Amino acid sequence: MKVGLFIPCYVDQFYPQVGIATFQLLKKLGVRAEFPMQQTCCGQPMANSGCEHEALPVYRHFVDTFNGYDAIVCPSGSCVYHVRKHFNTLEQTPAVEQIRSSVYELTDFITSVLGVEEIPGSFPHRVGIHQSCHGQRGLRLASDSEITPVLDGGLRRLLSSLKGIQLTELDRSDECCGFGGTFCVAEAAVSGRMGQDRVGDHKRNGTEILTGGDMSCLMHLEGVIRRQNLSMRVMHVAEILNGNQP
Amino acid sequence: MSHPELAEQFTKDVDRTTWHDETLWFVRQKRDRMAYSLPEFQELRDLASQIKNHTLSRLDDYLIQFEEAARRNGVHVHWAADAAEHNQIVLDILRQNSVERVVKSKSMLTEECHLNPFLIQNGLQVVDTDLGERIVQLRDEAPSHIVLPAIHLKKEDVGETFHQHLGTPKGEKDPQRLTEAARQHLREKFVDAQAAMTGVNFAIAETGSFVVCTNEGNADLGVDLARVHIACMGIEKIIPKLEHLGVFTRLLARSATGQPTTTYTSHFTRPAEGKEMHIVIVDNGRTQQLGRPDFRNSLKCIRCGACMNTCPVYRRSGGHSYGSTVPGPIGAILSPNIDLKKYSSLPFASTLCGSCSDVCPVKIDIHTQLYKWRQIISEEGALPPSKKWSMKALSAVLASPKVFTNGGWFARKLLRFLPHGLTHAPGLNPWAKDRELPEAPKQSFREWYQQQNNAE
Repeated sequence: MKVGLFIPCYVDQFYPQVGIATFQLLKKLGVRAEFPMQQTCCGQPMANSGCEHEALPVYRHFVDTFNGYDAIVCPSGSCVYHVRKHFNTLEQTPAVEQIRSSVYELTDFITSVLGVEEIPGSFPHRVGIHQSCHGQRGLRLASDSEITPVLDGGLRRLLSSLKGIQLTELDRSDECCGFGGTFCVAEAAVSGRMGQDRVGDHKRNGTEILTGGDMSCLMHLEGVIRRQNLSMRVMHVAEILNGNQP
Repeated sequence: MSHPELAEQFTKDVDRTTWHDETLWFVRQKRDRMAYSLPEFQELRDLASQIKNHTLSRLDDYLIQFEEAARRNGVHVHWAADAAEHNQIVLDILRQNSVERVVKSKSMLTEECHLNPFLIQNGLQVVDTDLGERIVQLRDEAPSHIVLPAIHLKKEDVGETFHQHLGTPKGEKDPQRLTEAARQHLREKFVDAQAAMTGVNFAIAETGSFVVCTNEGNADLGVDLARVHIACMGIEKIIPKLEHLGVFTRLLARSATGQPTTTYTSHFTRPAEGKEMHIVIVDNGRTQQLGRPDFRNSLKCIRCGACMNTCPVYRRSGGHSYGSTVPGPIGAILSPNIDLKKYSSLPFASTLCGSCSDVCPVKIDIHTQLYKWRQIISEEGALPPSKKWSMKALSAVLASPKVFTNGGWFARKLLRFLPHGLTHAPGLNPWAKDRELPEAPKQSFREWYQQQNNAE
């Protein structure tokens, strides 16, 4: 299986450790992922701002970059969701169709393609999961509280398999963090307030390490945590599953 | 003012924002308990969605069927193309019956048509009899929620309003005593009224009858006492048969307030002896929405308000920040149909988290429609020019690996060397109001990857 590694633009530039952890984790699971150097972005920032049309050159570049891979793996539910759902505005050539159907969020790839449900290792910390909306409600990678009280999903199952880990129980298990792409600056007041409320929930319930499948939500929450000088640490789920320690 | 400006004002009162958020979250939790406890809840949502989709696909047939059946029942049926026509029809009916005093039970449609100011201008007395609606009417405000119109107010605010208008003691904030004062005040209005107006929750094509759901019984009291009953409905309120009604009444109150059913579910079929019953069927932009393939299914909405209660943005910005009759996520997909420019900030008042679509009892894909409205707003040139140009520039950067790589390198360098006070300057960087920027690493992932490859 020829696997392409899709590292979101802002992760590439600002969170290289998340890309490295993703690459190393896949390697441990027997997958040698290849990072096509010409990759940039999925185009979501423009499209969510109403500029889907302006994003088309970026979409085309994405398709040219990842054409020919059997699977494309990305440590972000949001970017994957964008390619799967919103690349419908491109002409649906075989290449576009293949890319849309073979792009996977990292934990989804591990559990549903590789069939791995347990990761060896230990992480003896109190960990709070931030369930990112696009992975959860967009890609349906986790159950949501609108439908069921049951907390489930590949990310949660993989984390639970680590020795010594304690998952935080939150007052609101899956409320949005308020990042929302350009929403975070266009609606800065509400966005900031939503971030503070999410962080507050984790703080109240004893989260030491805040994790999730999307670095964009985590970047926003980490921004709030650092502004408030809290001791809570933020790690992407790839880092924890890769055996990185805080 | 745009949504972000009004929302910023709202959030400035931190404690009130907390209270507003928690109050509505409490309603959302009540709704969740109801949804979880009914094993067939998701099946009901599917059914409701299918019935509504079917009805919208042949709305003209069902409306005519409804009109004929209602006429056979002895009801007067009127058609209004827009708000002005609706208001004129109502005024004509009232004048023909020499009505001076009207009581109204809750109807978002008459809010949408701005009926109250129109009737008042024409010398009539109009009293909203739903408690929440009466409170906002006394304060000369618009409802901030379609089911809980006064949800933006605390009991202290209500106490002050009643002190001013109903003469309750200053400082009175006991909900029981305030409600009693409203009851006594409204009782007089009910007795005096010569006409009663109601909204319509469901209109049944097969029987020509309609159903009004309330918790206070104010619709029934008004209609029973007055000689003339005028019910106003949007064209989307139709369901084909009586047997379909149960699907919706089982969903409506559970989704809205977490009650198994509304206290009153009143069926109106024909006028009582010596009385008159009128139905005004209103379009006011609905056929235009029906003609938009991407947005037509927003007309499935049964006005439960669940999308407002769940929306993390609504809960923290308040209904008035939307500036539209219907606020919240559903308002943000209905309003641009009426005035794209005026409501152009509403589809952006969302993180696209999708919670609204998942609580919606009739499965409207609200967050997808928000995304689609954004595209139309941009195409129609209603986006702020700075946004449009910055997105164009960003696209140019991201379509070129070289520009992206060099640009990223430069941005990281800049962030590392510029002073914190500049990168986090209040007027310059809205991100930095409540948040720190990420720390810029020396090496990007692609630089690391290349190094690895070179080493191997």
